[in-house]
Amino acid sequence: MSDAERPTDDHVPGSDDFEPIQVFPEAEDMDLRPGADNCYKCSTCDTNCPVAEVDDEFPGPKFQGPEQWRLKRQEDHDIDSSVMKCSNCMRCDGACPSEVPLSQMHNAARGEYVDEHMDTFSREYVRNRILANYRRLAPLGAAFPRTANFVMGLSVTKWMGEKLLGITGEREFPEFATQTFREWWAERGGAQVRNENKRIAYFHGCYSNYNTPQVAKALVRVYERFGYEIMVPEQSCSGTPMFANGMLDDARRAAETNVRELGAAIEDGADVIASCSSCSMSLRQEYPELFDFDDTETVAENTWDAIEYLRVHEDLEAALEGTSVDGERYAYHAPCHSRNQGLDGQTVELMALIDGVDAEDVGDSCSGISGTYGWKAENYETSMKIGEEMFEHMDAADATTGLTECPTCSMQMEHGTGYEITHTLEVLEDALVGTKE
Amino acid sequence: MAIEDDVLVIGGGLAGATAALAAADRDVCVRLVTFKQSTLRHASGLIDVLGYASGVNGPLVDPFDAIADLPDSHPYRRVGEETIRDALAFFDRIAGPAYEGGHTDTNALVPTHGGTVKPTARYPASTAAGLASDPRDMLLVGFETLADFDAPLAAAHLDAAGVPFEARGVTLSFPGIRRDDAKITRYSNLLDREETVETGTGSATAREALAEAIRPHLADESRVGFPAILGDEHADEVRADLAAAIGADVFEVPMGPPSLPGMRLDDLLYAALEDASVRVTAGVPVIDYQTNGTGADRIDRVIVDRNGTEIPHRAEQYVLATGGLVGKGIRSDRSVESGSRDDDVRTDGVEPADAGGSAATERSGVVFEPIFDCYVPHAPDRYDWFVDDAFGEHPYARFGLPADRELRPLDADDEPEFENLRAAGAVLGGYDYAAEKSGAGVSLATGYAAGRRAGDEVGYRP
Ligand SMILES: Cc1cc2nc3c(=O)[nH]c(=O)nc-3n(C[C@H](O)[C@H](O)[C@H](O)COP(=O)(O)OP(=O)(O)OC[C@H]3O[C@@H](n4cnc5c(N)ncnc54)[C@H](O)[C@@H]3O)c2cc1C
Ligand code: SF4
Ligand code: SF4
Repeated sequence: MSDAERPTDDHVPGSDDFEPIQVFPEAEDMDLRPGADNCYKCSTCDTNCPVAEVDDEFPGPKFQGPEQWRLKRQEDHDIDSSVMKCSNCMRCDGACPSEVPLSQMHNAARGEYVDEHMDTFSREYVRNRILANYRRLAPLGAAFPRTANFVMGLSVTKWMGEKLLGITGEREFPEFATQTFREWWAERGGAQVRNENKRIAYFHGCYSNYNTPQVAKALVRVYERFGYEIMVPEQSCSGTPMFANGMLDDARRAAETNVRELGAAIEDGADVIASCSSCSMSLRQEYPELFDFDDTETVAENTWDAIEYLRVHEDLEAALEGTSVDGERYAYHAPCHSRNQGLDGQTVELMALIDGVDAEDVGDSCSGISGTYGWKAENYETSMKIGEEMFEHMDAADATTGLTECPTCSMQMEHGTGYEITHTLEVLEDALVGTKE
Repeated sequence: MAIEDDVLVIGGGLAGATAALAAADRDVCVRLVTFKQSTLRHASGLIDVLGYASGVNGPLVDPFDAIADLPDSHPYRRVGEETIRDALAFFDRIAGPAYEGGHTDTNALVPTHGGTVKPTARYPASTAAGLASDPRDMLLVGFETLADFDAPLAAAHLDAAGVPFEARGVTLSFPGIRRDDAKITRYSNLLDREETVETGTGSATAREALAEAIRPHLADESRVGFPAILGDEHADEVRADLAAAIGADVFEVPMGPPSLPGMRLDDLLYAALEDASVRVTAGVPVIDYQTNGTGADRIDRVIVDRNGTEIPHRAEQYVLATGGLVGKGIRSDRSVESGSRDDDVRTDGVEPADAGGSAATERSGVVFEPIFDCYVPHAPDRYDWFVDDAFGEHPYARFGLPADRELRPLDADDEPEFENLRAAGAVLGGYDYAAEKSGAGVSLATGYAAGRRAGDEVGYRP
C-alpha cells in the first residue's frame, strides 16, 4: 500500500490550532512543509489553473507550491521564475481536496523570488512596484483628475508606458473621479446616522475612493437605510496587488496601518465591511496567513463582505421583496476572490428578489485580468485568452449591462465586451433607497 | 439572523449534488454548502453500481442480482433495490444524452487506460463507441507528452484479456503541445477553442491537425480511441469533427485523475442544480452545529466558516455528504490530544492516550466525523486499520458512519444521532467502493434517498 492510500492525520478546517506564518524578517525561514506533505499529487489544482489552461509554458500550481517546496528542501534549489506568471487568482486553493495552502505558498515563493532574484533597478521590478503601489500614484491623479485622465488617455503616454515600463498599451487607464469618496464623505460631514449598537468601519479600498466613488456612496446609503453608523477610518491599500507582485515589504507596511486602524474601530464596537472582494479576501485570509501583528486575527474574524453582512445581520431578503427598479438585465460575473469566500452565488440570489431586475450568471471562468496581472505587456495576451470564455458567455447573455464586485474584473469585462459595468451595491441602492446616481 | 433554507446539504460531490436535486424535486428551498472540489473531478466519470462481489469470480453481469447477498449494513441494503433503481432513473433524467447504459440492467464493459476492462452501469456518451462487447477492431492513439496512456501497451493488454476484436496502438505527438507535463486542460482547451497550431507542414486548427496526424496510421479499424482529453465545453462537437475528418468512430478511454469526464459530470450536475434553483455556497466549510436547547437531538443551525468569519445557516433538514477519508468527510488522528476536537468526544472505547509519548500514543488513533462528531466505529489501534497485503481487505476502506434505513447516522447504541440529519455517499461506512466498484452507485442511491426524505420531511415537526 502506498502512503497516499493510508489514512492521514490532518488539519480540520476552522479549528484554532492554525499557526500564522511570520514571513518577516526572514522569508526564507518559513516552513510550509506540513502543507507540502499533504499533497498527494492528484493534479486537481492544475486543472483549475486558468493560466496553465492557455499557456503551455506555465508549470502550474502543483509545481509552484508543494513540488517547489520539496525541491528547495532537498537540493538547495532556487525559486523558479515561472512563479511570476501566476496571477494570484487563488483558484487552486479552492480546488485542492487535500487542503494544501497553495496560494499562501505562491505568495511566499514570489516574495522570495523578488527579494533574491530580481534586480531592483530592472524595468520589470520598477514597473511591478509602480503597479503594485497604485495607491501612491492615485492621489496625484485624483488631485488633478481632468489633467490625469487627459494625459493617461494620450497615445504617447500609452506608447511610453509600453516601451519604458512594459505596461500594455491595449488597455484604457481607469478614469479618476473628479471628487474622491473621502472628499465627498468630509463634505457631507461624515456619518449621518448615530447608533451605538450598529456600527461599521468601511474599508473602501483604493479603487472606490479614487475611481468609482459611486460604489462607496451606494454602500453608505444602503447601510444608513438599515440604521448603521458608518466610520471611515484611515486606511492603506489592502495589499493584494503587492502580494501578487511579490512586494511583501510594501504589503507589510500597508497591512500594519490597516490592522492598527481597523483594530481600533473594532475596539469601538464596529465590524469591518469591504465592498471589493479582493480587499475582503486579503483582510480575512492573506493577512492571517502572512502576518501576525497584534490584531491580525481580530481584524480577519470581524471583516465581512458588504452584502453578506446585511444578509446575516438584517433581513435583506425581506427588505428586497417587493422592491422594483426600472427594467435592467445584467450579465453577472463572480470574481475569483468572491468564489473563494463562498460568495459567488449571493448576487444572483438577491437580484432575483427585485422586480424588474434579471441577472444571469455568465459561468465560472476567470476574467483573466487578476489585478495588475493583465496590465503587464507580457501577460496581456494570456489575460485576454483566459477571459475569452467569459466574453463569449457575456455576449451570448440576454443582458444590457455587466455586474460584478471586483474593480479589475469590471475593467476586463468592459474591455472585452464593450458592456458598461456596475456593482451589486449600486443595484441594491437603487432598489432600497432609490437614489442611484 | 441566520441564512435560512428548508434543506441544507453539506458537501458538493456526487452524493451531495444528487441529494440537493432530489430534495429540490419536492419543491422546497434547498442550499448546498461545499468546501473543496469533490472527488468526482478525479473519478473516471463512470457510474459503477456493483462490479464485483465477494464470493463471485470475475465481474458481475447484473449488479442487481448480487445486492440481496450484501451484508445488511451495506448502504445498498439500507436503502433497498427499488431505491437504487429509482436513483439511476433520476440520474438518467438529469444526464440526458450525456450518458448511456440505461437500456439494460447488465453491466457494460469499458476498456480503461491500463487496458483492463471495467464493469460499469452508466458511461459517458464519449466512451460509447469503445465498449469491449462491440466486435469492431480498434486503433488506440496515445501521445508522447501524455505519459498516463501507453496506447500500444493498453492494446496488448486488451488482446491478452481476450476481447472479441483486434486492438492496435500507436503513439504520436500532439500538435501544438511541447511540454511533457502540459495540463490535460491545455489539450482540451486547444481542441475546444480550435486554436491554430503549427504542424510540420504549416499551420492548421487543432482538430484538423490532430486528424491529419492520425489518418496515415489508420488501417481498416472503424473506431479510434483517445485518452479522455477531447474537449470540455464543446466535447461532443470535437468528437464529431474528429470522426468526420478521420472517417471512423471516435471514443475516449477513461483516464486516472485528474479526469475530464469526471469534470464534465461535475459541470453537468452543477448546471442541473442551477436549473433547479438550488442555492450553492462553495469554497467554505461547515465547521460546527448548534441545537436549540429544547431538543438536543435536533440540529438547529450549522456554522459555516468564511475565511475566519462564522456564518450561521439554518434549515429544517440536513444532509451530510462530505465524503470519506479521501474527500475529508471522515478524518483520522493519532490521538485525542494531538487533534483539535473537544475532549468529551466518544472514541469508541479508546482511552485518550496520555501525552507522555508512550507506545500507546504511537499506536492509538482516532477516526472521526469532524462536523457533528457522529459515531465512526474503528479499532483503537491504528495498526489494525490496514493489513499488510496491499490488495487485502483493509478495514479503513470501510470506515464511515453506520446508518438506519432512513440513512440517519446511528450512535454506538444504534440510536439516530439527530432526528433531522441524514448521511449520503462516501461518508457512510460498510462498503469498499474500490474493491466492489460501487463508488458512484452508492453516492447516487444514498444521495437520492437522503435528499428525497429530507425534502418530504420539511414542515414536519414531531
Ligand atoms: C481517483 C478516484 C477514482 C474513482 N473512480 C471511480 C469510478 O471509476 N467509478 C465509480 O463509480 N466511482 C469512482 N470513484 C468513487 C466515486 O467518485 C466516489 O465514491 C464518489 O464520488 C464519492 O462522492 P461523495 O459525494 O460521497 O464524496 P466526495 O466526492 O468526496 O465529496 C465530498 C465533498 O464534501 C466537501 N466537504 C468535506 N468536508 C466539508 C465540510 N466540512 N463542509 C462543507 N463541505 C465539505 C468536500 O470538499 C467535497 O467537495 C473514484 C474515486 C476516486 C478518488
Ligand atoms: S493562483 Fe491562479 S494562476 Fe496562480 S497557480 Fe493558482 S490557479 Fe494558477
Ligand atoms: S490539488 Fe492538492 S493534493 Fe492535488 S496535486 Fe494539487 S496540491 Fe497536491
